[in-house]
Amino acid sequence: MDMPAPNSEIIAKKAMIAARLRQVLPDRAVIEDPAETRAYECDGLSAYRCPPMLAVLPSTTEEVAEIMKICNEYNVPVVPRGSGTSLAGGALPTADSVILGVARMNGVLETDYDNRIIRVQTGRTNLSVTGAIEEDGFFYAPDPSSQLACAIAGNIAMNSGGAHCLKYGVTSNNLLGVRMVTVAGEIMDIGGAHLDAAGLDLLGVICGSEGQIGVVTEATLRILHKPEGARPVLMGFDSNEVAGQCVSDIIKAGVLPVAIEFMDRPCIRATEAFAGAGYPDCEALLIVEVEGSDAEIQEQLDKILDIARRHNPVELREAQDADQAARIWLGRKSAFGAMGQINDYMCLDGTIPVSELPYVLRRIGELSKEFGLDVGNVFHAGDGNMHPLILYNANKPGDLEKCEAFGAEILKLCVEVGGCLTGEHGVGIEKRDLMNVQFSEADLDAQMKIKDVFDPKWLLNAAKVFPLANSQARRTAA
Amino acid sequence: MSDYNPTTEAEIADIIAQSQGPLAIQGGGTKGVTCPGKTISTQGLTGIVNYEPGALTMIAKAGTPLAEIEAVLDKEGQRLAFEPVDFGQVLGQQSDPTIGGVFAINNSGSRRFQSGAARDFLLGVRFVDGTGQILKNGGRVMKNVTGYDLVKLLCGSWGTLGVLTEVAFKTLPKSETQRSLVLHGLTSEQAVNAMTRCVGSPFEISGAVHLPFDPSGAKTVIRIEGFEGSVAYRVEQLQKLLSDYTQSQLDDAGSVAFWNDIRTLAPLDGHSQAIWKVSVKPTDGPAIMKSAGFTGGFMDWSGGLIWGTAAASTNPRDMGINGHATLIKGPTETISKFHPEAPLVAAYSNKIRQKFDPSGRLNQGLMA
Ligand SMILES: Cc1cc2nc3c(=O)[nH]c(=O)nc-3n(C[C@H](O)[C@H](O)[C@H](O)COP(=O)(O)OP(=O)(O)OC[C@H]3O[C@@H](n4cnc5c(N)ncnc54)[C@H](O)[C@@H]3O)c2cc1C
Repeated sequence: MDMPAPNSEIIAKKAMIAARLRQVLPDRAVIEDPAETRAYECDGLSAYRCPPMLAVLPSTTEEVAEIMKICNEYNVPVVPRGSGTSLAGGALPTADSVILGVARMNGVLETDYDNRIIRVQTGRTNLSVTGAIEEDGFFYAPDPSSQLACAIAGNIAMNSGGAHCLKYGVTSNNLLGVRMVTVAGEIMDIGGAHLDAAGLDLLGVICGSEGQIGVVTEATLRILHKPEGARPVLMGFDSNEVAGQCVSDIIKAGVLPVAIEFMDRPCIRATEAFAGAGYPDCEALLIVEVEGSDAEIQEQLDKILDIARRHNPVELREAQDADQAARIWLGRKSAFGAMGQINDYMCLDGTIPVSELPYVLRRIGELSKEFGLDVGNVFHAGDGNMHPLILYNANKPGDLEKCEAFGAEILKLCVEVGGCLTGEHGVGIEKRDLMNVQFSEADLDAQMKIKDVFDPKWLLNAAKVFPLANSQARRTAA
Repeated sequence: MSDYNPTTEAEIADIIAQSQGPLAIQGGGTKGVTCPGKTISTQGLTGIVNYEPGALTMIAKAGTPLAEIEAVLDKEGQRLAFEPVDFGQVLGQQSDPTIGGVFAINNSGSRRFQSGAARDFLLGVRFVDGTGQILKNGGRVMKNVTGYDLVKLLCGSWGTLGVLTEVAFKTLPKSETQRSLVLHGLTSEQAVNAMTRCVGSPFEISGAVHLPFDPSGAKTVIRIEGFEGSVAYRVEQLQKLLSDYTQSQLDDAGSVAFWNDIRTLAPLDGHSQAIWKVSVKPTDGPAIMKSAGFTGGFMDWSGGLIWGTAAASTNPRDMGINGHATLIKGPTETISKFHPEAPLVAAYSNKIRQKFDPSGRLNQGLMA
């Protein structure tokens, strides 16, 4: 994975830049000791590491603005960071960069149940947003599996999703407003407690811009009342085709489950060995969850079970109580951990049209043989967001490269059948060089024009998202 | 007929690249504004390109009539859940909106607070920018974070960044049945209190309007949709929640008819000089209903959206709105159609516009 060579002129000014930053920040908010900056050398894509020149941990939006003014003045690259759980290398620093971490900005600024909003500082973790309101019966819907650790800042930057977005949508659909600091150090408010923007939908572009447009310090989020209850069913099938057909029949029937999760045989076997959830040994497994009161849940489950029966399932298991529900989810929730027990793995994130599921799974199986690497599939089937997990051995020379090549083939396949490279993890550095597969030069240029507007010198997280060759002229112009 | 009537995307690109001066983009011609210059119609770009009911997605050329799309969806028991408003009646026009037009103005109706706006359903776009370049963004799948989300940027840009040529969007199943609860004689404050109580309950509602000027007296109407058993259950729970108010009910047919009227803005007096649409947080709704100078109108989105009729001289923006007010119909020569934005936001928005339409030719004057 190439990264641009760090600018030695900037590194030479490290002491002066740190001193300038200390003028606007408390002492302990500026980190320059290499022993400490190392803590920021990577995110969840830990195969790639590079300690930043400096790290700063501001406590207020105003401090963020001062930081940006200084970095802008000296043309210092800035990499915004939430909790560093990105799986795409979105928060990977360069050696000449300042990591701007918002972790200390984690307060709740306003909760308003009448208007169903919560306003938070973006360093707050996803789960603790819900934590602040659940006693009153409310929750924040987007639920990435990393929700215990990941911050709203990263969720907004990556437009993160989760198992329940089939019903509730992803971050973008639940974000009403932001306070953002621009590269020039301006503080900008976009959107608010009302629905929909007045002018151009800047909020829509900021969400998912991977820390390249501005530093988001506050967010107004839509919150919902918790459903009365939820219950999953588990169904096993002896072919991926049939399972795929069942998913589309459920959706067509007008039932809108909150989640439809899919696991294939390699994944089922691995999780069984690891967690012993009691899953059937079959080709494909679906977990479908619905919400409501007891009677409402039963009404929906009856329809779903009816449809499932028409597809001759090898297993149909309805949770009768909370304990059984937890067991149904157990295997799915430990899938990543289970695969990790077998070997190192790389988690992909492409999306495909649901109808292409059987073909894509078959092709992944063929590719797995060609590359000689095992792969398990676990994913959000309702919306076609796949998470193939490719197993490799990090200690075996050449295995990571082979794994990356295999991953690239799978992602190209996703695009080829009408899908995309990433459904929720973002492009970062990981999928950067595949962007040409999905977009023409002109399409990429149109996106880069947005960055030009907000960040004319390309200081913010510049080596991400766009293939380096495409962004070269812009990155080096300043 | 328009000045230009292309039937392909390539033709649109040629027209934009080879012509000079302002261009006014026309879909079904129902957006209620006229822009200077030669007119270019998208109505020749029609047809559903792909529809997968099992994946809840459709792709259509931008000029495809909304009516055609809704008919095709209906056959599969699906719909556009964002329920676009039909402006035809109040604008006094033969209404023939196109799907491209619906997304170009982010046209979202009563279900918006529950299921999302048009922008939340738009998955992908193809468009031609102000220099004649053909571009695409997004795709046809429901989850997609590959690159910047220009889809949302284009949605609601009123044609000022480019001419939409093709849209991919998410569809949803129609509900099996619906019912509406009607509360009688509430003040606007009481109504918003009642509506937000419902919205903030676990008993999912999909519509909440308050009609203070109804000839039969003030009316607050709450819609409940879904499977029969679930609807019955939620109606019962909501009745309990609202037991302090006088209630009646609309059955499936009555409810469908009522919300159809809302969708066509039937409660608004089409002869009034001006029609405004104000978006605020729900609890700000009553003050606007009372003090903005409206002579009629109603509240939707549980109080967060106010449709108001007014005299030509009335400008609700004068009262200071924490949100935004759009002039749907009225004296756009003297009052700008769109709410002025904060200077910083306006400056960045203008720069974006210059990138996509450097000579400012597309739908000149709109959103400026
Ligand atoms: C075990 C595991 C499971 C996961 N499961 C899911 C899942 O189910 N769904 C999902 O969508 N993702 C998932 N992820 C990925 C990751 O958690 C998300 O991308 C998350 O949103 C990142 O948040 P973060 O705070 O850790 O951001 P970081 O990793 O710190 O940063 C992510 C990106 O956001 C930018 N950024 C950070 N803060 C700001 C700011 N204040 N302003 C502007 N830009 C900023 C960064 O520059 C970077 O580009 C998972 C990750 C792990 C490790």
